[in-house]
Amino acid sequence: MSIKVKIVSPEKVLFAHDADMAVMPGAEGDIAAMPDHAPLMLTLRGGVVDIYEGDVVTHRFFVAGGFADIAPSHCTILADRATKLEDLSVDDAEARLAGLEKSYEEADKMNVPALDILMGKMQSARAEIEAAQSAIPGMSL
Amino acid sequence: MASLKDLRARIGSVKSTRKITSAMKMVAAAKLRRAETRAAAARPYADAMRRMLAEVARSVAGEGGQPALLTGTGQDKVHLLVPMSSDRGLAGAFNSNINRTTRNLVLKLQAEGKTVKILPVGRKTYDFLSRDFSDLIIDHRHLAAGKEIPFSAAAELGEQISSLLEKGEFDVCTLVYNQFRNVMTQTPTEMQLIPLALPDNDNADGAQVAAYEFEPDEGTLLSSLLPRNLQVQIYATMLETAAGENGARMTAMDNATRNAGKAIDRLTLKYNRTRQTNITNELIEIISGAQAV
Repeated sequence: MSIKVKIVSPEKVLFAHDADMAVMPGAEGDIAAMPDHAPLMLTLRGGVVDIYEGDVVTHRFFVAGGFADIAPSHCTILADRATKLEDLSVDDAEARLAGLEKSYEEADKMNVPALDILMGKMQSARAEIEAAQSAIPGMSL
Repeated sequence: MASLKDLRARIGSVKSTRKITSAMKMVAAAKLRRAETRAAAARPYADAMRRMLAEVARSVAGEGGQPALLTGTGQDKVHLLVPMSSDRGLAGAFNSNINRTTRNLVLKLQAEGKTVKILPVGRKTYDFLSRDFSDLIIDHRHLAAGKEIPFSAAAELGEQISSLLEKGEFDVCTLVYNQFRNVMTQTPTEMQLIPLALPDNDNADGAQVAAYEFEPDEGTLLSSLLPRNLQVQIYATMLETAAGENGARMTAMDNATRNAGKAIDRLTLKYNRTRQTNITNELIEIISGAQAV
């Protein structure tokens, strides 16, 4: 018994394969899509999606926020931006985080929705740095 | 009557024109293939997005206080038009179709007493519209800075449109673009972005439809899906424009190459006839000269 897992970014389909479980970073906590999961739609925060076959993680992707559509037989992850973990770059993410922190300092503190968006982006960049570091060879999953 | 030298020069120049147009045709064909691949690659995301959006919107349908991106401002006074053309010319009627459609739409809306604002995308439509409607243009951008259209280009435009809506700058937003039917045909199409025309729920397996749960609640999910959906729709039309531009250019250049070939044939015939007439004339002169002696 397995589910069809699909990870798509606006530009292309990154991953489409059967798997036993996919763990994704939901906005309100990590969530695992498994066969016969109740239908659920959720927003994602920045973080790592783990694809399991049996007890083994076969694929790891970083997603910078997005949406997921979980159904009993399939799971579609719509990522704002998705990268294979090993292709991430710590330096790029740190540069992006520095830029975001700067614009957060300069942002209008009364404009709450805009601040929320910036906070989300900063969280995503931090998660990306963490994920990139964890993917450096020699470190265990 | 043109001299032989003039004809030779003209044949030479038409031949080099033909070389250029046939090279442009080859380049457009290669770019078209790439643009089509990219458009196909972007489709799964757009499809999944549409499905999710339809699902969420269905569950909040009938509730009040829905986001303006979905329902608009409830008014119909100020129209924002976003015509989308290519940055370069020499693509047949590709850009002039967009320009004509946009101009007619502007005049029609103005005749109905609406305020019109224009945000052209692509250099060709901006150049054209800034002649007639320069006071209506609020901003403009190019279709693509580089070779390929990144998603971020569509995201920026989408964010700009969302923030204009928040500021109450317009009530209805319509995109005018060339729909890519096939390599030969691109149809200028008007697509209303705001208020959003929701797709019918085409979810085939009706059994599971009813039971979706949402996290966070429907309203929050909807308000984060909508801006994304706007960007995705813009991105899809950008990719279609890129593919259509190259398709139109390929067709136009194919015609130009064929016409150049015909012109060369005609000129060569004329050249040979002229040459033969000249020889005949010289012969007549020699013979009549000899007879006179």
